[in-house]
Amino acid sequence: MKILVPIKQVPDTATQVKVGGDQRAIETAGITWIISPYDEFAVEEALRIKEKRGQGEVVTVSLGPDRVKEALRSSLAMGADRAIHVNDPAFAEADTLLTARALAAVFTQEAPQLAIFGRQAIDDDMGAVPAQVAELLGWPSLYWIMEEAIDAGGKTIRAGRQVEGGLEVFEAPLPCVLAAQKGLNEPRYPTLKGIMGARKKEIKDLKAGDLGLAPAPPQLSVVRLEALPPRSPGRIIGGEVKDAARELVRALREEAKAI
Amino acid sequence: MGTAFWCIVEDDRKGQPKKVMAEVLTEAGRLSGGQAEAVWLTDKAAPDGLERLAEWGASKIWLLESPALAPYRGEAWVPVAAALVSARAPKAILGPVTSRQREFLARLAARLGVGFAADTVGLELDGDTLVATRPVYAGKLLSKVTWAKTPWVASLRPNVFKAGDPQPGRAPVVERPSFTVPDATLTLVERREEVSTGLPELTEADLVVSGGRGLKGPENFVILESLASVVGAAVGASRAAVDAGWRPHRFQIGQTGRTISPKLYLGFGISGAIQHLAGMRTSKVIVAVNKDPEAPIFKIADYGIVGDLFEVVPALTEEFKKLLGK
Repeated sequence: MKILVPIKQVPDTATQVKVGGDQRAIETAGITWIISPYDEFAVEEALRIKEKRGQGEVVTVSLGPDRVKEALRSSLAMGADRAIHVNDPAFAEADTLLTARALAAVFTQEAPQLAIFGRQAIDDDMGAVPAQVAELLGWPSLYWIMEEAIDAGGKTIRAGRQVEGGLEVFEAPLPCVLAAQKGLNEPRYPTLKGIMGARKKEIKDLKAGDLGLAPAPPQLSVVRLEALPPRSPGRIIGGEVKDAARELVRALREEAKAI
Repeated sequence: MGTAFWCIVEDDRKGQPKKVMAEVLTEAGRLSGGQAEAVWLTDKAAPDGLERLAEWGASKIWLLESPALAPYRGEAWVPVAAALVSARAPKAILGPVTSRQREFLARLAARLGVGFAADTVGLELDGDTLVATRPVYAGKLLSKVTWAKTPWVASLRPNVFKAGDPQPGRAPVVERPSFTVPDATLTLVERREEVSTGLPELTEADLVVSGGRGLKGPENFVILESLASVVGAAVGASRAAVDAGWRPHRFQIGQTGRTISPKLYLGFGISGAIQHLAGMRTSKVIVAVNKDPEAPIFKIADYGIVGDLFEVVPALTEEFKKLLGK
């Protein structure tokens, strides 16, 4: 079974991010880059499926500039078999739909039986690409997956998606798109052997032309990035605990009108 | 091109729209000069549910009612909605951020070949375009985005947009267009309900009480639960508390958990790591209680008490009881 896992390289949460000179993107100098955490759940789940079935291939794919190779290399160190790097300035301002079109073209070339995404990337938090790839391919999609099981014949999958107030377990024919939620698994750390082995694994470079994609403008574009407006300074309520509690409740009722 | 702003109805799966629809309809009405139209895909719409939508501002309700539309499956919903979009050409399609709409609106936008802005916290018209504001990079920055063409598709973060006063007695105008639902390949095999806490759902609650590592153990969440039950709040937790196994993941607030915007957020024993702030910084009023005066959460708190939560929580619970006459 071939499983495709699209991943995104994002700034580490703890990294300071600043608005860049053009006011439309962040200043990338000095940023620590990581694989988006939800995508690590996706890589891990794909590896577990392969290990459980005793055969198969896990292929990671990512869009972005040269630095993205590092994220793909990390996924190979975790255990993915090979990687695909869509590296083309044509995608520099890609919205979710352009990204989904590029990925859908990769899917068409690779013909996987299953695709596992993270539920969203933690940079722009859009969470749209998995659904949009599925829509473009005419595949079913299941979001916020907490568990999955594939039948022995590799024809169908059962997956539980987190919804308000519970879990809905669906059966879907393969191929299918899953979007991983936290709780699906605990991602492994690359071993030294894995890191050494990753150096020899293939990362294939693709341009838009290799995917048969003509240049297209994004449907959604960033007008401006802004720093958060400052919150007005808060008030520390001191004194004895009982007095402080009374004053807080009074302030919440009378000043903040929050209760 | 039409001028209506459509609002995709989120319901309770029992025929009633959720109250977040009042926020979406009010915002759509404000932007469209009163042309907010509800689009309801459901297996069953209760008559008083339709009335409620009208009272909340729906000038028209497109009712798409069929057993084949429940449970939600993107493959069934998207073609039905897309056909109605082709026929009626709305200017915008809005919905609240919910488990099914985060997938549905993204798929619909792809089907229509238009842009989609998820989890918006502000919408403004700029000439003949719409500009949406979205938190990005763990809520550290705001991104303003715009669309190349209509319909503008966006999801709205619950509890951020203001719901207008309902208009009691306003009669619903209901259209029932004919439609066909394509066969879906997904089959629901099981639905596991969570054990009800008796408290509101985290993302829908007006008030949220949240606990972190300062709680020291799972058994101590009971003091937060009793405070929450007095004020009618949901109980959440920080990632530290969830990763320690004190609370299930569905209660986690933050970047790898739920995003909330309650009217009042009370955090106890939570330091305020960036990853937690990402999930709650759009709360209207933030209260922090922590022993450490240097805890980062105090930087964004409107009110803070530096102290031992095991003393502060019971004292607060008593004060709230007095205030609310309980």
